[in-house]
Formats: sequence, C-alpha cells, structure tokens
Amino acid sequence: MTAMLNVKDLRAYYGQVQALHGLSFALNEGSLTTLLGANGAGKTTTLRAICNMVRSTGAIEFEGKSLSGRSTENVVRLGIAHVPQGRGTFTTMTVEENLQLGAITRSDSKNIVSDIERMYAHFPVLKERHTQQAGTLSGGEQQMLAVARALMLRPRLMLLDEPSFGLAPLIVRDLFKILGKINREDKVTILVVEQNAQLALELADQAYVIETGKIVMSGNAKEIASNEDVRKSYLGY
Amino acid sequence: MSAAAEDAVTEAPAVEAVPKRAMTLSTGTSLVILAALLVTPMFVKNFVVFQMTMVMIYGIAVLALNILTGGSGQFSLGQSAFYALGAYTSAVLMEVANMNYALTLPIAGLVAFGAGYLFGKPALRLSGIYLALATFALAVAMPQLLKLHFLEHWTGGVQGLTVMKPDAPFGLPIGQDKWLYYFTLAISLAIYIGSINLLRSRSGRAFMSIRDNEIAASAMGVDVAQYKTLAFGVSAGITGIAGGLSAIVVAFVAPDSYTINLAIALFLGMVVGGVGWLPGSFVGAAFIIFVPNIAESISKGLSGAVFGVLLFLVIFLVPHGARQVAMVAQHLLGKLTKKN
Amino acid sequence: MELLTNQVLAGIATGAIYACMALAVVMIYQAIDHLNFAQGEMAMFSTFISWQLMQWGIPYWWAFLATLIISFAGGIMIERLLFKPLSKAPVLTNVAGFIALFAIVNSIAGLIWDFTIKQYPTPFGSSPFLGSQLISTHQAGMIGVTLLMLVGLYLFFQFTRIGLAMRAAAALPESARLVGVNTSWMIALGWGMASAIGAVAGILIAPVVFLEPNMMGGVLVYGFAAAVLGGLSSPLGAVIGGFLVGVFENLAGTYIPGVGNELKLPIALALIITVLVFKPAGLFGRAIVKRV
Repeated sequence: MTAMLNVKDLRAYYGQVQALHGLSFALNEGSLTTLLGANGAGKTTTLRAICNMVRSTGAIEFEGKSLSGRSTENVVRLGIAHVPQGRGTFTTMTVEENLQLGAITRSDSKNIVSDIERMYAHFPVLKERHTQQAGTLSGGEQQMLAVARALMLRPRLMLLDEPSFGLAPLIVRDLFKILGKINREDKVTILVVEQNAQLALELADQAYVIETGKIVMSGNAKEIASNEDVRKSYLGY
Repeated sequence: MSAAAEDAVTEAPAVEAVPKRAMTLSTGTSLVILAALLVTPMFVKNFVVFQMTMVMIYGIAVLALNILTGGSGQFSLGQSAFYALGAYTSAVLMEVANMNYALTLPIAGLVAFGAGYLFGKPALRLSGIYLALATFALAVAMPQLLKLHFLEHWTGGVQGLTVMKPDAPFGLPIGQDKWLYYFTLAISLAIYIGSINLLRSRSGRAFMSIRDNEIAASAMGVDVAQYKTLAFGVSAGITGIAGGLSAIVVAFVAPDSYTINLAIALFLGMVVGGVGWLPGSFVGAAFIIFVPNIAESISKGLSGAVFGVLLFLVIFLVPHGARQVAMVAQHLLGKLTKKN
Repeated sequence: MELLTNQVLAGIATGAIYACMALAVVMIYQAIDHLNFAQGEMAMFSTFISWQLMQWGIPYWWAFLATLIISFAGGIMIERLLFKPLSKAPVLTNVAGFIALFAIVNSIAGLIWDFTIKQYPTPFGSSPFLGSQLISTHQAGMIGVTLLMLVGLYLFFQFTRIGLAMRAAAALPESARLVGVNTSWMIALGWGMASAIGAVAGILIAPVVFLEPNMMGGVLVYGFAAAVLGGLSSPLGAVIGGFLVGVFENLAGTYIPGVGNELKLPIALALIITVLVFKPAGLFGRAIVKRV
C-alpha cells in the first residue's frame, strides 16, 4: 500500500537557522497520526514545511504529486487543510463567513450550503453563533471554528497544529472525540501535532516522535504509548 | 524553533541598518576631495561655480534627511517645508530687518528646528507611515501657507522676495559667486563634520538603536519619543540652514520654489546617494541638480519622469545607492592594482 | 440657514470625492500596509485618459466606462510590475517607489497633454438641482455616482466570494493562504479597484478643479485627511471621513474668518495633525499595535 503523504529528507530553515534536519515519514490514507515532541523540536515547522510556508528542501509527495515549488494556496487546493497554531480565525468576520472562506476554493456552491449545515451538526455551538463576529468566540469555540473551517475544504488530509493549546481539558476531550469521528466517518486522513501526548496517543493509530528536527521513533500509537522512554519524557509517569 | 518564535511576526525595519563606520569616508579621501573643492572655482566659469554652490546647499539638505533616515530610521516627505522656512527666515531678516546675511543662518536653523520639533512631536508617536503622511501633507500645504494674506507684508505673497546678493568682505578681490561658494563650502564642512560627530555621540547611538529596533531600544532605556523628536528637529534645523543659504545664494524666495517636488528631489537625492552614507548626500545633491537640467533640455516636464525612472532603477538595481557603487568601484580598483 | 444648508450640501458633494480617494488609499493600505502617495496622480492620469477618449469623439458615459476598465487594468499592471517585487523590501524602499510613481505619472501626463488647464465636461449640467438654489446638478451628480459606486462596492465585498476572499487576504494573509486564497492576486485586484475608484473621483472632480497634471494634489491630501480621520484600517471609516472632511472644509471656509480658498490645504494639514494627536486610530479604526 502506498502512502498518501510521503515526506523524505525534509530540511527547513528560518533564515540561517536550520530547524529540520532530514526528516522522513509517511501517512497512510485514512490514518490518524500524531507527531509528538518537546517544545522546539520542529513539529510546527514540519506542518508549515508541508504547506510551503517555510523555506525547505527534500521531497514531499501527496497522492503521488510533488508539493515542492507549489505556493501555499496551491498546496491547499490539492485537498490539504491546515489548522494553524493560534487558529488563524478571521476575527472581524462572522462565524458563517469563516466557514464560507474554508470553501472558497470549491466551485460546487450547492454542496457548500449543506456542508455548512453539517458543520453546525458537528459543532452545535457554531450554529448558535453563526452571525456573531468570530473574534467574540471563546478559545474553545474558535478552535472548533478552525476545525470546521478546515473541513469546509472537503480535505483529503487535515493538518492540525496543537488543537488543545490553551483549552480546558473537557473541551479538549470533546474536540478530540469529534476529530476521531471525522477521521472515521468522513475518511479524512489526519496529522495532529500535540504537546498533550497522552490524549494524542489515545486518539491516534500511528505516532512519530520528533527530537531536534529528526524523527527518533515511529510506530503504532499503542506501542509508542507503552514505550519506556516516551512514557518518561512525554507522558510523565 | 520554539513555538513562540515561529509565530511572532516581526515588522521589517524601516531601513536597513548601516554600520557606523560605513557612514563616512577615510581621512585621506576626504582631504583630497576638500583640496579639489578649494581649487576648482579658480578654473571654471561663474555659472559653474554657482551650480557647485547649489550642489553643496542641496547636499546639506539631503544630509539632514540622511541623519533622520539613515540615523534614526524615520523619513520625511516634507523637507521642502523646512527648507522654505529657513529660506524665508533668512530673506525676511535680510530684507525687512536689514540683518547681516551670515547672522540670519543660525536663526533660520533655529526657526526650522523649532518648527520641526513641534511638528514632529505628535506625528512621531506613531509608526513611520504616519510621519510620511503628515510630512507629505505639510509639503503640499507649505506654498499656500507662504502665500498667506496677512503675512504678505513680510513675505511678499505670491511674488516672493528679492534679496541683495552679498559681496565678499574685507575688500577681497573675488566675485560674489566665488565668495558665496567659499562661504557655503565652509558651512557645509562645518555641518558635515558636526553631523558625523553627532552620529558618533551618545545621541547618535540612541538614534541608531531606534532605527534598528524601536521597541528594543525603549526597553534598553532610550527615551524613544524624545530622541525621535530630537532627530526630526535637528534634521529640520539643518534643512533650514540650507534653505537660508539658498535664499542668500539665489537672492530670491517665492512660495512656488518650495513645492512637494523639492521634497521629492531631496528624498531622491538621499536614496541615490545611499541611505545612511553621509558623503553620498553630496553625490545625490549633484544628481538632483544636474539630471533635471539635462532632462529639461530634452523636453519640458521630462525631469519628473527621469527622476521617477531612475529612482526605480536605484531601488531595483543598486538599493544602497552611491555607497554601493563606490564600494564596487573600490573593489574593482583593488583587483586591478593587484593584477599589475 | 439657507447658507448653512447650502454649504453642507456642497461639502457633501466634494466630500464624495474625498471619500473615493480615501477609500482607494485605504484599500491599498489594507492590502499591503503602505500608503499610495501616487493615488492622486493615478486618478489624474485616468481623468486625462477619459478626456482624450472624449476628444476622439466617444460619448461621455462610454468614455467613463472605458476609463474605469483601463484604470483597473493599469492598477493591476503597476502592482505586478513595480510593487509586487518590493513586497518584502523595507518601508523606505516602498515609499521611494510610490514617490517615483508619483513623479513619473505627473511628468508623463504633462508630456502627453501639457501643463495648461483644460475644461472638463459634465453630463449633469450645472443648472440648479431640482429648481432649488442649494446645489447644482453636477454636485448632485457627484453625490449620486459616488453613492451608487459605494453601494456596489459594499455588495461586492459583502456578498460575493471574491469580495470575501479579498477581505480575508487583507485581514490575515497567512490564514487566507491556508484556505486556498491566492493573496498575491487579491492584492493586485485591490490595486486595480483602487485605481478605478480613483478614476471615478478624478472624472467627477475635474469639472470643478479643471483638468491639469497637478489637479489631484490637494484632493489627495484631503483624501489622506479623510482616511486618517476615519481610521486607516477601516474602509467604511474612510468613506464617512471623506464626507465629514468635505463638510468641515466648506463650513470652515464659510464661517471661520480669514479662511478662504487660499487656506484649503493648511486646513487639511491641521486636520491630519489634530486627529493624530487626539485619536491616532481614527474614528473607526483599530488601535495600532506594534511588536518587536
């Protein structure tokens, strides 16, 4: 079985500083994979490199197509949705406009309306607030909006950058439940970067551990969770 | 890469940093140029002497802008207004108050400094774009202010003022133009040396820290607002002196000599000369005096287009202006001499 | 009382022009964070194009429409050729670019059409509007055309997908790219629209200030004043600022002794400084935040 996303020898740079040192990994279609690592290990950079938001070298292939040299928006147009850190909410626009923006590249305007309804079914709180300015939402609501906005693309692959950041634990559980559901029911392949390793490993079926810009461990999420080193470094017991 | 560092969007600095040492010429080169400047007038026609004088005067004005921009990273599109203020101060003092022309210059400088300081205070609390906007408006409005009805008694209104051209003092046997040339040369030299010392002083370091990173500078204890206003005031003051000199040398002031086009020319002079490179100010000044002459001789109204096109060429091809050209020339020269 | 009403209405008419200029300036400012100092010159050039078309015998409204299209294309071209390459350059370089554009456009207009003052026609005539002595038909036409355009723009930005994408690109470029918006083209589109809006302003004001290469200098300063008053970050604010400034200018000219036509520009300057001192973010703008 060929991988949906294939990353080989990825190196990324911020100015003169190298942040990724030859990273390789692959995602299978339909999988839910998590990328674990300490602060500064290069998780966010990996996601940004996939979308060509940082200068990088190496090969990234998505469904057989090379991503190198494509602008960010053209990567997105292939069906890769990226929920950035900090959520990237368009705060001065309404919730509904944010959702419409998620579908801005689609031309099937009829389905967009029904997709917005589907998002409201996933996240009822967004329906309640659909005419409100997105900036007035709470952190958790904004994160849901960000996920919903990404799904409006009808992505084949969704990249999530620390969705739990700054959210109350209960909300995080809810959110992760929904992510699992989206992965199973909508067949969206998901790559999630997380600091909350425990939750991420419960949710995911595959996991990679990244340290100072390199993959140091990979495998089945359950195996990784039971690994002594991972337990000590990331799970704290 | 820490998460925070990735996320922070840093505003690009207004101008690229120029190292302090790169701001001047070596002593040897300076002396050679000075000697050339001292001797040249003996061998050329009066009109050329006059043009060289004007180059120095514009050079002072461009230098003033350079202190502001190269030194403290702010920029002004309103230098023509301070130039006009200095010119009118000198002209009015000479014609209405019968003051000696040399004595009017420090007053012209002070008046322009005061005006710049007061004008800069509100605009400088905000980012560079607001200062550019406010100074642009100032430059556009200035000719109308000079035409004001109730000032007409002193300023001569639309007609302007004609000023007596001074003779050489102590019965020196040189003509007016040559005398004014040496007079201007002396003042240019004093201002040039003074500016270098200013930028090397404590205040100069404060200016440059603001240029390179305003918020970091304030965190280090630099009173940003105070120094920005000061830099703006000093720049306006020096521009005022240049304006005063121009009134004496041209022997005439009128509102429409000081339009936004003058401000644009001075700005162009700075960019062409190289932002932050003080000697380049005079290269830039020569540029803005001689290029329009050539352009207008081809077709009336062409000089604006030539200015604009050259400005784009400089931006795209030699973003560091004359400084870059000088460095490349030096490099090539070095290579040539090595080969031989 | 009639004088007051008269002056307010006349102020609204010129205010409409300032609103257009302010809107054009704000649209580009929103997209690239720079002030287009050449906006007025671009508008002047557009006006000359329409004049030239009419000289060739094309009827007013066809010339108007053709000029809008040419200006739109010209704005996009200027952005693609000159300012896209400067997008990552320091502020100073960009300001130099705008100044250069200013000089080039002004100079070329003078070279082609020379610097003499020309009459410019109005399709509305200049008889009293609806028989009242308050405003002329041309002034009423200025207000009408501007309002029509503003409503059109509002509908475009509020209800079309491209309008939504343009707003997204201006608000948060990185997020916009992540939903697949081609932000670079949105900027070019903004330039094109700003250029066309400026053309409308130029064509409408030309019968009043007469046609010549320096006709827009003062208008642009008022446009800046309007944009600052409304807040550089708010298109709606810019429009409201434009009308306010227009009314203010006329009232000051009528009721403050010593302020006649000759002081119009210093008033705009004073207005800019006052706003910067007391309310730097403008009436409708967001506070300006700067990070290290």
